Amino acid sequence: MQNINILKPTKNNFQIYLYIGSVLIFLSIFDVIFRSFFNLNFSIFLPGILNFFFPLIIGLVGLQMIRLEYSGNKIVDKLNQSVNNNTFNAGLTLLIIFLTLLAAPPALNWMIFDATISGDTKDACVASEGACWTYIKVWFRRFMYGMYPNEFHWRINTAFIFLIGFAFVGFFMRGKLKNYITFYYAIFYPIIAFIIINFLISGGSFGLEWVETNAWGGLSLTFIVSFFGLIFCFPLGMILALGRRSELPVIRYISIGYIEFWRGVPLITVLFMSSVMFPMFLPSDAFVDKLIRVIAAIILFEAAYVAEVIRGGLQALPRGQYDAAKSLGMGYWRMQIFVILPQALKLVIPGIANTFLALVKDTPLIFVVGLSEVVGMLQMAKTNPKWLGFAMEGYIFASILFWAICYAMSKYSQYLELKYKTER
Amino acid sequence: MPESIIQMKEVNKWFGDFQVLKDINLDVKEKQKIVVCGPSGSGKSTLIRCINRLEEHQKGQIIVDGNELSEKTKDIEKIRAEVGMVFQQFNLFPHLSILDNCTLAPIWVKKTPKKKAEELAMKQLEQVQISDQANKFPGQLSGGQQQRAALARALCMEPKIMLFDEPTSALDPEMIKEVLDAMVNLAKAGMTMIVVTHEMGFAKEVADEVVFMDEGMIVERANTKDFFANPKNERTKLFLSQIL
Repeated sequence: MQNINILKPTKNNFQIYLYIGSVLIFLSIFDVIFRSFFNLNFSIFLPGILNFFFPLIIGLVGLQMIRLEYSGNKIVDKLNQSVNNNTFNAGLTLLIIFLTLLAAPPALNWMIFDATISGDTKDACVASEGACWTYIKVWFRRFMYGMYPNEFHWRINTAFIFLIGFAFVGFFMRGKLKNYITFYYAIFYPIIAFIIINFLISGGSFGLEWVETNAWGGLSLTFIVSFFGLIFCFPLGMILALGRRSELPVIRYISIGYIEFWRGVPLITVLFMSSVMFPMFLPSDAFVDKLIRVIAAIILFEAAYVAEVIRGGLQALPRGQYDAAKSLGMGYWRMQIFVILPQALKLVIPGIANTFLALVKDTPLIFVVGLSEVVGMLQMAKTNPKWLGFAMEGYIFASILFWAICYAMSKYSQYLELKYKTER
Repeated sequence: MPESIIQMKEVNKWFGDFQVLKDINLDVKEKQKIVVCGPSGSGKSTLIRCINRLEEHQKGQIIVDGNELSEKTKDIEKIRAEVGMVFQQFNLFPHLSILDNCTLAPIWVKKTPKKKAEELAMKQLEQVQISDQANKFPGQLSGGQQQRAALARALCMEPKIMLFDEPTSALDPEMIKEVLDAMVNLAKAGMTMIVVTHEMGFAKEVADEVVFMDEGMIVERANTKDFFANPKNERTKLFLSQIL
């Protein structure tokens, strides 16, 4: 009577169950592969719906047959623990494998086997059914540099090389210089960065021709906007977070008001205001460049989010840390700088990374004021009469770019988390 | 007779409607060791936290080393630097090594040169016998070691007064002795100490006077021998009969 369920193996007869089960699982996978890659259907003899679900059914039966608490076989145990611990998980696993197998051939065909990359015009792509990477190739410079004149692209490249170079200076600070590392990154580096971008990319002096910011664009503009957004919204957010926890009512209410105001308005309206409304309040002879206004708007906006993230970290610290710092005679700023902030910021690395990723992905919104970073350029290329109909390729290209940038940032934040981890 | 270094006159404090301290009068002379005991919730911790103004009192007068503590007190940091404190939960800074814990305040508050601060820190760590742990982080130490490190950190500021807020209550029984030994040594070196503790053995060994508190009031204050031999107040007798 104990073997009432014929699909349930026991320790004694497991060997035979394992053989049959494996055969069934492999059969199901082969069936899907043949259906998907070679358009062959082995179970055609079965009636409609049963035929359709045939691989799923025999796969499930196979997995059911090899499910045993402890079999002694390492691979089978691993499989049972991770994906085959109940029928629902087993079904989901099979479903995901099958769907991937079914989706792979058309996707690969479109992206690689039938795709075109040769030629310089749309005509090269007309014949094929696949993706037209020629479009990306032809427009590549525009996607990277926007409407910036072709002959000056070296200026953008050099500027970025300088920026990266100066970013690494901190790693080589040794001995006494090491004490100034925070000062360097918080104050000196942003100034250097601004000077480099102002003289090299904007130009207008040293014999470099002036290029107005309207012409800037593409991925390089994404970088410039995100870069200044990140380095300035962080310190501002930190000050706001401290302000919101201050014991002085004036400072506290100003901080609360600021944070709640900026969190309550959509970024797109802020950008629009910065570009359209803001100049109206200025005296007629004053002029602030559109790009600077937009970056300032992004900084002010994101600082409110950063502030709330940091405040979360500040609140997580036990009161004893404040007591200890005070009892040693530290004043407010010494306590914050040496004791509270280092611990709080460590706690909020994931949250900060989250906000920064959102900031990078929000940069395409600057199209509302007429600046075209990479997605903006894409829109422009998409509607070009000579290149109609390649939106898909463009969006895939942009997705890959953004994904790569954001994944790199995410990895870096994980590295920082690990680096500053200390046991409590 | 040396002069009083801490004077509390008619000190009252409320948490909302609840009165934690009621008309506290306490005089501590230089080099005196005072143990404060009493049931939990009796206001012992609040009392000593008022001495370095981690808590603010609402009525009465507290004078520490000639400076009165009030809202008008400028440079409260300067007074706090003279009053060391050891906490129940150690409160070491977990992101700094033990040595950095000890040198942080001397370097940034007292402006001691780094090298000198480190020498002093090592000397203090030697005193509490954990100089070999100097480069470890607090999380890597046992509770007893952490508490001794916290004691060394407070002593690095070279305070005139040391406050102890139940320093052994969060420790495993085996580790209590090592912390108490360090405190006994400190007492022998002539430090002015106010200790909130339930360790009556420690009180008998080092205290000059014992203060017994209940419900926010000082019920009895007597020199150590009298306190244990013939307590006068009924409440004190009951407490002692339960704790000894």
